[in-house]
Order: sequence, then structure tokens, then C-alpha cells
Amino acid sequence: MKMIIAAIKPYKLDEVREALTAIGVQGMMVTEIKGFGTQSGHTEIYRGAEYAVNFVPKMRLEIVVADGLADNVVDTITKTARTGKIGDGKIFVLDVSKALRVRTGETDDEAL
Amino acid sequence: MKKLMLSGAMAALSALPALAQEAVGPIKAPDAAAMAGMVDKGDTTWMLISSVLVLMMAIPALGLFYGGLVRTKNMLSVLMQVFMIVAIIAICWVTYGYSLAFTGGSPYIGGLSKAFLAGVGTGSYAATFSNNVYIPEYAFVIFQMTFACITPGLIVGAFAERIKFWPLMIFSVLWFTIVYLPMAHMVWYWAGPDFLPDNTADAGLLWGWGALDFAGGTVVHINAGIAGLVGCIVIGKRVGFGKENMAPHSLTMTMIGASLLWVGWFGFNAGSNLEANGLAALAFINTFVATAAAAFAWVMIEQIKHGRPSLLGAVTGAVAGLVAITPASGFATPMTSIVLGLVVAPACYFFVSFVKAKVKYDDSLDVFGVHGIGGIIGAIATGIVADPSLGGQGFFDYTQFPAVAGAYDMGTQVWVQVKAVAVTLIWSGGVSFLLFKLLDLTLGLRPTADDERQGLDQTSHGESAYNM
Repeated sequence: MKMIIAAIKPYKLDEVREALTAIGVQGMMVTEIKGFGTQSGHTEIYRGAEYAVNFVPKMRLEIVVADGLADNVVDTITKTARTGKIGDGKIFVLDVSKALRVRTGETDDEAL
Repeated sequence: MKKLMLSGAMAALSALPALAQEAVGPIKAPDAAAMAGMVDKGDTTWMLISSVLVLMMAIPALGLFYGGLVRTKNMLSVLMQVFMIVAIIAICWVTYGYSLAFTGGSPYIGGLSKAFLAGVGTGSYAATFSNNVYIPEYAFVIFQMTFACITPGLIVGAFAERIKFWPLMIFSVLWFTIVYLPMAHMVWYWAGPDFLPDNTADAGLLWGWGALDFAGGTVVHINAGIAGLVGCIVIGKRVGFGKENMAPHSLTMTMIGASLLWVGWFGFNAGSNLEANGLAALAFINTFVATAAAAFAWVMIEQIKHGRPSLLGAVTGAVAGLVAITPASGFATPMTSIVLGLVVAPACYFFVSFVKAKVKYDDSLDVFGVHGIGGIIGAIATGIVADPSLGGQGFFDYTQFPAVAGAYDMGTQVWVQVKAVAVTLIWSGGVSFLLFKLLDLTLGLRPTADDERQGLDQTSHGESAYNM
């Protein structure tokens, strides 16, 4: 099993969810986060006073899938979330050692 | 149709006694019994409604306007300061303030003959700007009370996010007593049109000079603006000023506050006419369009300078316009009001964006940059736009009975306006400095740096604005 962690632009969330559902992803976790990367924030001006906003709002997706589906998930997120501008986000892939469905006790691939 | 004709005939009949009275002419120095017949229910209603509108300007409008501009952790402190200033000053007003401001005595301050509202009742009356037109004195006391309640509240924006609550309340009472009351007396006290001809010296100092201040450019805005500037300098900058992000926490609140200020300001300016007539409507429309022009001008400056029009710019421009038109509202024309709005916005913009940054004082919410500068421009410009040659209303010579239009000279008037501004700046600036210093050395004005970092909501009031 693989866990895919992706940070994407907030307004891309719905599109990404639809695309992932279409390729068979059955669940994901979503968190509103702030962070910085290459985009490294922006400035806001209030009555002439400039403030650097260093942390930019993003959506963090966590998706755990069977090994065979992982590459497809990464491709799909990349294609859907890409605008070509700075700030499109990042994707990380991790190995997952165990999964368990709380209601039934099913484990690993059956639990996903 | 028949009904209409009948009522027409009735109106004609009821006009007859009025005609008979006109033949007698206005009564000089009427007694209370005569004044009772010179009160119009429409005027009384308008004054009560205007008072409600001005109270709304303080709470919630000013509170929300300021509150939205501070950080989340200080939201309640600002709301609380504005709210409690209203409550405390209201008590001060009826116990001694009204008497000191609005009884005769000297050109600088009134007496205590009406302390605890002695002699004020349902059968006493206050003068208006017309011969033989009166309003119930209670209505006048209430209307002026709302002005007294909002003015110290304006000051708190200058040192928002870094002031102790009770020392601020003590400052507000002292400032109200030593600065506001003499200013109100000097600018607004006079014997009234039916009494002044017999005692032309019975008026406040600046009123006697002929200074024009329709609704409080000097008494309210310059007065509070300079006190704020002095206060923020004595108290010092916020912890982290210039380094940390101090962006407004809710411009939504600020927009609601500013909009309610705009609405309430019709009571402030048009209500200051004291009668519900064409002049009140003139003050109303001038207030409307000067504000609109200033909001537009501010946003255009931002569009040119930054490439984007901001909401905060729009509402700040609007408030600057409201401040500037205040002294001129009953004297200008709608067209000269627009010009005033277009002039005041760039001036205030320049102040809050450049001068403040260059001089490096921390007037948190731009009380001086908007109320002080806008007030000064409005007060001086009043001398220009009031000129009848520009369509202005000029002034009345109330030493004549009945009052007649005075001979207007723009140069003379502008000079009087400049002197009135100078008196306000010196008196309010000087006394405010002494009061702030005194309180800082005794009770201390500033919370500890730790309390300031944690936020005044929790450290001063034990509450949080948002529990979500």
C-alpha cells in the first residue's frame, strides 16, 4: 500500500476529487493547511502598509491505495491540479505498513 | 376629490391665525410659555431620530469599524472601550457636562447652573438657528450627549491594541471634562437668535469670532484626531510594530461599521441643523455626495498606485469624506461638497500611507491621518464653500433681530477658520499630552509586553471574541 500526500491549490480540490473517484479511489482525507514553497507567499497592502503573507493556504490530501493504483493516482492529481503557475503544489508517496477498517476489522487492501 | 378640496379649505383656514401672528412679527426674548408655542413636532421628532443615529455611529458602528481593523486577539478590547466610553460619558454629560458646555458664563467654559440638569424639564426649550423656533431642551441635551459620547471613542483607535482599560476610562473622563467641554462651549454655545441681540457677548469664544463649524469638525474630529496622535506617541508603538503582520482581522466588520457610520452621519450632520427643513436636507445631501466622492477618489488613487482598488481604501475614503464635510455640511452646495470629497481623499491617503511611515509613529487605526487631517481640511475648506458667491449659505448676523444675512468675505472667513483649527490643535494637543503623561507616570497606560502579546481580550477582559 502507498500513501499519497498532496498539497494543492484550494480551488482545485473538487476537480481532483472527481478525477480520483473516476479512477477508483474510494476515500481520502482533506485538511486546510498553510505553507510555503517556491511560491513563498505574497504581500497584502492595508492603507499603504505592506505585510508579507509568508504562508499560503493550500489543501492537503492524504490518500492510501493499493500499490498498483498509486502511480495512476499521482498522475491524475498532477494532471488535474496543474495550472503551470508557481504554487501548484507538491506530491509525496510513502509506504504504508498496515491499514484497518474500524467497523469490520478488515485489514490492508480490504480495508481501503 | 371632495375630501381633498375640503382639507385644502381647512388648511387655508388654519393659516389665518398664522398670518395674524406674522403681522406682529417675531417675539424678542420669549419666555418659556411663549417658547412652548414655538416648538414643532417635526423638529422634535427629527432631533430624537438624529440622536439615535449618532448613538448608532458610536455603538456599534465605530466599534465595528475599529474592531475589524485590529487583530483577533484585541477585537473585544476595542469594542469594550468604545462601548464603555459611551456609557460613562453619558453619565458625565447629564451630571455636569451639559451645564459646562451649554450655559453662559465665560467665552471659554459655561457654568454649573444646569448641573444635574437643574432647571431642565419638559417645559424648557433650546434655541435653534431660526428666530422663534425652539426644540424641547431634553431633545437638545440628548442630541448633544450623543456627540459627547462618540468623540472620546474616536481617540482609542490611535493606540488600539496596547492600552489598559481603566486608565483609558479615566483619561476619557478627564479629556471630556478639560478638553471636550471647553471646545464644545467655545464653538457651539451662544444665547440663541432671540436673545443674542440684547447681549452680543453671550457666546463661546470661537462662535464669537465667527468660526463656522456646522456639525463638529473642530469639536469632534480635529479634537479627537490630535489627541489620538499625542496619545500614540506618548504610549509608544505596539510590540512588533513594523516587524509582525498586523493586518486587519475582519474587513467585513470594518465595512459594516463604516457603512453604519455613513448612515448615522446623516443624524450627525443633518441633525445639527436642529430643525427639519431645507437646510437639514442640504446638509444631508452634502454629506451623501462628499462621502461618495471621497470613497471614489481613494479607490482611484489605489488603482493607479497599486493596480488594485481595496475595500479598506473605499471605506477609509468614505470616512475621510464624512469627516471633511462635517463642518461644511450646512454651508456647501452638493457640487462643492463633491470637490471637497475629491480633495480630502488624496490628502488623507498621503498622510496615512507616506507621512506616517516616514515619521514612524504608530497611529494604529489612523485616527490622526483620517479624523485629524480630514477635519483640518474640512474646517478650513468650510470658509471657502460657505461663500455665497460659490452658492454657499454664508452666515447669519444674529446680533440683528430678526437675524439677517451677514456680509461674507472669503479671506476673512478662511482666516477665522484657520484660527479655530489652531486653537483646537493647541488646546487639545497640549492638554491631551499632559493627561497622557500624568496617567502614564501614575497608573501606567500600557499593559505588560506579555499581556500585549497574548492580546487584550484575554488579559484585560478574560474573554475571546471568537470561540469556534
